[in-house]
Amino acid sequence: MATTRTRESDRSVSDPEVDTVPTPARLNPGMPLELDWVRDLRLNRSAVERRASTLGTRRTVKKRWQAAWLLKAVSLMDLTTLSGDDTAGRVRRLCAKARRPLRPDLVEALEIEGLGLTTGAVCVYHAFVPVALEALDGTGIPVAAVSTGFPHGLSPLRLRIAEIEASVEAGATEIDVVITRSHVLTGNWSALYHEVRAFREACGGAHLKVILATGELGTLTRIAQASIVSMMAGADFIKTSTGKESVNATLPTGIAMARQIRSYRDRTGFEVGLKAAGGIGTAKQALQWLILVREELGTGWMDPHLFRFGASSLLGDIERQLEHHVTGRYSAHHRHPLA
Amino acid sequence: MTTITRIFETMEYGPAPESAELAEQWLAEHASGFDHFIDGRWSPPSEGVRFDSVNPANGRVLGSISQGSSDDVERAVRAAEAAREGWWSEGPHHRARVLYAIARSVQRHARLFAVLESMDNGKPIRESRDLDIPLVARHFYHHAGWAQLLDREFPGMRPHGVVGQVIPWNFPLLMLAWKVAPALAAGNTLVLKPAEYTSLTALLFAQLCDEAGVPPGVVNVVTGDGRTGAALVAHEKVRKVAFTGSTEVGREIRRATAGQGKKLSLELGGKSPFIVYEDADLDSVVEGVVDAIWFNQGQVCCAGSRILVQEGVAGLLEEKLRARMETLRMGDPLDKGVDMGAIVSPVQLDTIRELVERGRSEGAEIWQPSWAIPEAGLFYPPTLCTGVEPAGTLAQVEIFGPVVAMMTFRTHQESIELANDTRYGLAASIWTENVNLALEVAPAVKAGTVWVNCTNLFDAASGFGGYRESGFGREGGREGMHEYLRPDPDSGEADPADHRAGHRPRSSVTDGMDRSNGDSEPAPRSTDGLRPIDRTLKLYIGGRQKRPDGGYTLSVLDPEGRRVGEIPRGNRKDVRDAVEAALKAQPSWGQAPAHLRAQILYYLAENLEARREELETLLTGGAGLSPEAAAREVRLSLERLFDYAALADKYDGRVHATPFRNVTVAMVEPLGVLAVAASDEAPLLGLISTLAPVIAMGNAVIALPSNTFPLVAHPLYQLLDTSDVPGGVVNLITGPRAELVRVLAAHDGVDGFWGFGSAEEASMIERESAGNLKRCWTPGVGQPNWLDTRQGAGERFLREATQVKNIWIPYGA
Repeated sequence: MATTRTRESDRSVSDPEVDTVPTPARLNPGMPLELDWVRDLRLNRSAVERRASTLGTRRTVKKRWQAAWLLKAVSLMDLTTLSGDDTAGRVRRLCAKARRPLRPDLVEALEIEGLGLTTGAVCVYHAFVPVALEALDGTGIPVAAVSTGFPHGLSPLRLRIAEIEASVEAGATEIDVVITRSHVLTGNWSALYHEVRAFREACGGAHLKVILATGELGTLTRIAQASIVSMMAGADFIKTSTGKESVNATLPTGIAMARQIRSYRDRTGFEVGLKAAGGIGTAKQALQWLILVREELGTGWMDPHLFRFGASSLLGDIERQLEHHVTGRYSAHHRHPLA
Repeated sequence: MTTITRIFETMEYGPAPESAELAEQWLAEHASGFDHFIDGRWSPPSEGVRFDSVNPANGRVLGSISQGSSDDVERAVRAAEAAREGWWSEGPHHRARVLYAIARSVQRHARLFAVLESMDNGKPIRESRDLDIPLVARHFYHHAGWAQLLDREFPGMRPHGVVGQVIPWNFPLLMLAWKVAPALAAGNTLVLKPAEYTSLTALLFAQLCDEAGVPPGVVNVVTGDGRTGAALVAHEKVRKVAFTGSTEVGREIRRATAGQGKKLSLELGGKSPFIVYEDADLDSVVEGVVDAIWFNQGQVCCAGSRILVQEGVAGLLEEKLRARMETLRMGDPLDKGVDMGAIVSPVQLDTIRELVERGRSEGAEIWQPSWAIPEAGLFYPPTLCTGVEPAGTLAQVEIFGPVVAMMTFRTHQESIELANDTRYGLAASIWTENVNLALEVAPAVKAGTVWVNCTNLFDAASGFGGYRESGFGREGGREGMHEYLRPDPDSGEADPADHRAGHRPRSSVTDGMDRSNGDSEPAPRSTDGLRPIDRTLKLYIGGRQKRPDGGYTLSVLDPEGRRVGEIPRGNRKDVRDAVEAALKAQPSWGQAPAHLRAQILYYLAENLEARREELETLLTGGAGLSPEAAAREVRLSLERLFDYAALADKYDGRVHATPFRNVTVAMVEPLGVLAVAASDEAPLLGLISTLAPVIAMGNAVIALPSNTFPLVAHPLYQLLDTSDVPGGVVNLITGPRAELVRVLAAHDGVDGFWGFGSAEEASMIERESAGNLKRCWTPGVGQPNWLDTRQGAGERFLREATQVKNIWIPYGA
């Protein structure tokens, strides 16, 4: 599947640290801040919402196709726990679920043993990176750490950078950072660019996932502008939400971001990933997001290197739907092992 | 079998078939053939002829449809006629209940309707399920409301009686709903002829009518081809004809019904512009194009088939469009994941192919996506044409297929010119993030519906219909209800003294120098004993008095046959000049503030009163009216001017309550250039009663004054000059009536015709108007009584002088 990955770009800058990164994906080298591009962006909310509302009515997957798509959703999942009451035990249990997301009898019935299905990653607070690494040892499942004063991102820049460095040093290969929302809200694109650029440098060889907290940015145009600036500054992924805002990942937001990823690819040749996080708790929603990704970005993006769900409860619903696919009966939550 | 592991790698969508089981079962129940639905019963075709209805996606025969003969039409019309009284006497509330029951019934059987529609027409199930059928239900709900409110909202109005309705194959059940719902809500009974390719859902609908409590004879469905439709629209008992279809057939219907006194509404073709400005959200524009031209395989009368894009972003848009076209999915219409289904018929498919080939041979570049269309069935791929010249086939001809032509413009002024460079005027779509630009362009585009940053949105609360050769009349909303109502002929004021007869001039017009009894009215000497200075009456064109092109004069004779004056003999060239002047004057007059137009009308009244004595003398001495009648004419004329001065800034638009986050503005726009052939009767009042509303609403007019006493025009020239009426807004021509009427009625620059002459004249106007499908108001017999304020004035006159443009403006930051 790596063959569907990045297209060669004239603009790519070789990064000496790329080779040391355990994932095969190349890091986004970024580009100089191009303010005209940012300022010319315009999104029409009504039109985007119309598109969003018909994505799930224009496309659908049934039967085996639905099962395969749901399995794909599992493989794209950043299985996440980000609570104040997280403990090592809780994180270990999460990791066990990441290694074996489905009941073995379902794996057998679906005849997918060969897939070696795991979730895309495990996402935790910095403090639990070592526990997660240990629990996932030998699986190749990456550990992602949220960082930079998550979820508000308002601690001193110096500390936020140090936080990234600490998590990278602890072994996280993906860093989910939050941006300073006020830079977006005041249109201070240069400040945003330099902030994300600093995060990029602090990440070294780790993947930089930039959380835009879209629920706090007001308009789709602002979301699009923040997306483009983050990519210019070197984001490997742009991510909708921390999961802590009152409005999380919505389909219109996803469309707005996906389209910026597309134009960034068209302009630079570099493919940036999209992460939808927060509020995606049902198999049906997951399918709608996958349709969005396929329609707006193409099948090449339906890959853990380019698309992720940030979710904690989604897996449970997918398991039930898969069991229904196998048995023809509707399933219950308690029949599937907890994360 | 594709394994899950394999799908996991390819991420294919796979098949998602909608079950056709219940539809198949319904078809099987009718395997012996479908009958007409007449008088609440199924009735076999009188001539025993049937034809097949075929699924265009796979060629399968779905059923055998009755070919309606003129005898079948006769029986259906007779049934509708017999049911008329009963249906009207049921009252508004009862009719509201029936319409409500129909709406509920359509909802209960929604999926069966949707599946059947997709099988019969070839449209994707996504569209029939999510758009067609929900809009059908919405239409009946909305009109259940109008039925309930009929007396309150339309006082003094009555149904036409029997309505004949002919609908197309592109939205079979939806077009049925657009026709049937308002007809029933207004209390009419009807005979509907579905398109021959797509009769099935109309027949299922007929089946449900009985269950919904529609009395026998109120709704009749006669199936068949164009011959059946022709018999229906020509039937003398049909008092109103509503047609949706091609402009060519619309023209035929206009000619066929000329002089029959039928109310007519036509919803015809289009070549609607889809205008993209450089500041638009181009990714959303691309989805807009998908909805504009690949919706229903482009077989949509209001399809955005001409993309006009600002030059600077044309390349980028084209690139994005091509990429999007690659991901469209075409196939089995019953697959839930399909964007485009089949073309309705082999004939239509051939037409599309032929027109695209013609475009190619004219030098257009034709682009189609790389994927292959299904081998079996009638499919045509989405097609993007660039390098199209404005005069090219692809830019001018309605293709009615998934084919879009793209052209560029430099400035927004140029975009408006290009948008209006078409004989059609059904819809337009405008894409910009600049509200100033959008709101400048929307009123400037000649189209009945304008969508800002959206396209192909419909709702029962918003009237739909065309400008220019896209037809006339509206369907939906309050404006649509008026199409199915007429003023109650008995609602006029009683006129015990029967003043009407006293307002018929007893003068006449004669050709040449021959005076029947040789006498001229001796010119009265002025007070100083001298002969008065000779005055020559000319034509009034472009704000100037003009000598007639032909250089001839006609005489006006008083009742005793004495010459009381001379009028210029205008000819076709004078008409041409007058229309030119009107076309030049109308845009700025139409855009002038209503307050200004009101002031000018008041000013006209002021100046008319100053000439009261002169006018009264003219009417008594020349036209032979009694002094009382002459005084009454002048007094009522003054009142009329006040009426329309008052209404000029009050007859305004609405905001329709459509169920989206948007503002749907129903703007009242002038028709443009109107011709008025004034009534013989009440020579001054009849003329003023038509000129005042016409110009109050921002039209320019070419008027032919009373045919028996045209001299009345003379004092008006100076009146118009001194009242600040801009030159060209009112043009007055005298001369041989029939000749002038014919030229005006056939003139393609004239948008509407009010003819208050004889029935023969009305017939001629209607027939000649078919060329550019101008909107006619030609009562023929049943002329309004100008002395009666309820017949000779009022909202009706404003409605006939205007057309409604609905502008949809979604919002949200």
